[in-house]
Amino acid sequence: MMGLAKVFGILLVLVILAALLTWVERRLLGLWQDRYGPNRVGPAGLLQVVADMIKILFKEDWVPPFSDRLGFILAPAIVMASLLVAFAAIPITPDIDIWPMNGIGLLFILAMISLSVYSTVLGGWASNNKYSLVGALRAVAQMLSYEVFLGLSLLGVVLQAQSFDLRQIVAAQAGLWFVVPQFLGFVVFMTAGIAAIHRLPFDLPEAESELTAGFHTEYSSMKFGIFFIGEYVGIVLVSAMLATLFFGGWLGPVLPPLLWFLTKTGAFIAFFILLRAALPRPRYDQLMAFGWKLLLPLALLNLMVTAAILLAT
Amino acid sequence: MTGKDVLIALESRFGPDIGPRQTVRDGTPTLWVARSALHQVLRHLKDERDPPYRMLYDLTAIDDRMRRQPPDGPARDFTIVYHLLSLQGAEQIRLKVALSGDSPSLPTVTDIWPAADWYEREAWDMFGIRFDGHRHLRRILLPPTWEGHPLRKDYPARATEKGCFTLSEAKEDAEQEALRFHPEEWGMARQSESSDFMFLNLGPNHPSVHGVFRVVLQLEGENVVDAVPDIGYHHRGAEKMGERQSWHTYIPYTDRVDYLGGVNNNFPYVMAVEALAGIAVPERAQVIRVMLAELFRIASHLVFYGTMAQDVGALSPVFYMFSDRERVFEIIEAICGARMHPGWFRIGGVAQDLPAGWDKMVKEFVQYLPPRMDEYDDLVMNNRLFKMRTKGVGAYDLDTAIEWGATGPSLRACGLAWDMRKQRPYSRYEAFEFDIPVGCRGDCYDRTAVRVEEIRQSLRIIGQCLAGMPEGPYKSDHPLATPPDKARTMHDIETLIDHFLNVSWGPVIPPGEAAICVEATKGLNSYYLTSDGGTMSYRTRIRTPSFPHLQMIPLICRGRLLPDLIAVLGSIDFVMADVDR
Repeated sequence: MMGLAKVFGILLVLVILAALLTWVERRLLGLWQDRYGPNRVGPAGLLQVVADMIKILFKEDWVPPFSDRLGFILAPAIVMASLLVAFAAIPITPDIDIWPMNGIGLLFILAMISLSVYSTVLGGWASNNKYSLVGALRAVAQMLSYEVFLGLSLLGVVLQAQSFDLRQIVAAQAGLWFVVPQFLGFVVFMTAGIAAIHRLPFDLPEAESELTAGFHTEYSSMKFGIFFIGEYVGIVLVSAMLATLFFGGWLGPVLPPLLWFLTKTGAFIAFFILLRAALPRPRYDQLMAFGWKLLLPLALLNLMVTAAILLAT
Repeated sequence: MTGKDVLIALESRFGPDIGPRQTVRDGTPTLWVARSALHQVLRHLKDERDPPYRMLYDLTAIDDRMRRQPPDGPARDFTIVYHLLSLQGAEQIRLKVALSGDSPSLPTVTDIWPAADWYEREAWDMFGIRFDGHRHLRRILLPPTWEGHPLRKDYPARATEKGCFTLSEAKEDAEQEALRFHPEEWGMARQSESSDFMFLNLGPNHPSVHGVFRVVLQLEGENVVDAVPDIGYHHRGAEKMGERQSWHTYIPYTDRVDYLGGVNNNFPYVMAVEALAGIAVPERAQVIRVMLAELFRIASHLVFYGTMAQDVGALSPVFYMFSDRERVFEIIEAICGARMHPGWFRIGGVAQDLPAGWDKMVKEFVQYLPPRMDEYDDLVMNNRLFKMRTKGVGAYDLDTAIEWGATGPSLRACGLAWDMRKQRPYSRYEAFEFDIPVGCRGDCYDRTAVRVEEIRQSLRIIGQCLAGMPEGPYKSDHPLATPPDKARTMHDIETLIDHFLNVSWGPVIPPGEAAICVEATKGLNSYYLTSDGGTMSYRTRIRTPSFPHLQMIPLICRGRLLPDLIAVLGSIDFVMADVDR
């Protein structure tokens, strides 16, 4: 019973946080773009999230008659489910987590992130809309390429910590955060992570100035809402992974572990939002070239150098 | 070689095929050409003459059947007018062909200038003049189901003259079906040997087409095999309206043509009317006009700059640039009382004198913007991703630009320093010091860079207006200036009569024709006005820069990727109202 309460407790907090992030993002973008952002509903506009949720829940839940109904409905569920389940393996503090999955936590998360791309592909395909289709095609190509070094870039960390277990990886950082010895891995993983959750500058599957809304053009109401929240769960997940794998997770002096974890994760979230405010979008072929010609060799180089040094010492 | 020499040379070469010369009020050499000799003459002017008239600047028609007195030149029902432009200097020549009958036709000139394609389609659409040999002579501005040719004089100008409009469901369906794209009609294949093409309907409602513009893409994956632009969704009949408004009350309509350009639309219109009426504009009014035109150039280029960045995916620049544009509007509002559509120019001057304190506002702005522009350079122009997306994308060379009628920054980005403000200065532009920024590669990046630099040059011009604003009246005391001067109406009867007639009828402009061209925000903008001595224009032709620019889209997008098309659309800087009128 306690376990169930913990599971739902953490996931509920996570989903609420993700929803709140829509507000955080809009306020931060407002700050950086010389404007206010939502500041009318509730204190500092905090209740904007509630207002949006009410609105989105009461919109007509429309499934286009020309779509493939099953795939269309399944798609948003997949992204939400896979990313939430992935979060189960993240140790928030020594005491708070859902299912540490001793020994294989990292592999599980990577597998779940890979699964989440089916949502984009399925959504784009089932919509039976040309813009959605192009968006889905881009998503496949992008995921196939970036998944390769999403995993490869982490092998350095795994080698150093001698484990796929996230708790042990955090524990191994007690002396020095992995961001220092694994800086290359950090850069490659962060880039690949942004691509995996397709945030700007890697938001090609939805690229609104090109594909209107890309793979979720046909979605409305709460199905759209789930894609939307799913994207934010993805941001939290990748930020939490960055904090855990490279910045010592909950480790830190004075403050309680939970606060350290939240601070580190929050900083990455803010950084992702800043990226969105600052950068244009590369073209699809440039994104591919960047991945295969630069990031993949970097990830491999990082892996070999790490292995060599570990073998030598 | 002066304009007269050209006419003499043509007359001696082509002899009887060349008709009478025509005297016009704008000084452009104007000549009637026999229908049969048209091709030879145009070929000669384009290829053999030195210096050649390389650009087909405009092609339009006039319905001459309802003139109040017989017009100059041969007897006719319709006139086709070709405006050619030489880019060595700014020489223009106007050739006219007389046509008779209810369904007149003449040979196409698309084989000489590809740019004639859309112009001829427009003349067919609006006047029902057929161009033999044209590949796709179909309606361009109006829907394919339209009946009649609206710029003909017997076509009603008001909806109330046409009977009640109803839209039944069946008719609605038929209209929609008529918009369906059939690749075969455009000579496109549905598949190649290896794959089926996807035909993507981009627009008329799409976030990156800047208004209601539709372009149908033939895609292989994300590669654009071919594209067919479809315009006309913003068509409001601005030219037809000109035939129903008094010379004075038409001024605010011009604002709405390039709705980002503000007074840059008033400018050629009032200057053309002034040329017809023979009004000399006081110096102060000229400088006020220049200052406002440059302020609007900055406002328009700022919109371009922000949306261009947004089109390649940068979210933030557009917010900074729009708030800077707001500062321009504050000045414009203080001077004109309106923002985007001030309708501020008058025949003979401007509506009012500058308000007290204008100089302080302008001075603050001229000092404020340059450091911001430097910041934007870091944010956009020097951004590596922005460069990756725009360098080498959508490039065309100078010859192509001239061939297709590209003007303004789209022409200068190819390396030719050709600016009407320098080539044939109007409204005292000769008294200002400024440079003409040019690019070299003619790609999206250069088109952006040219406009960014133009903002800085406009600031220089505004600074000089500020320093040297002449004293004197802001409007001419000519009896045809609008609204007429009232101060002396109670003192002498002549002024009272002029005032009464001018206000009640509007000015009666003497018969004649004039076309005046200005360097507007997006390129060359001109109004070609024909008066038959009435209170309204007999024919108002608006030549806008965006129209030929859009025509180039398939040419510069073939073989590129879909995102490149979006960058190209952004870099062209068009406004659909400016295309469709």
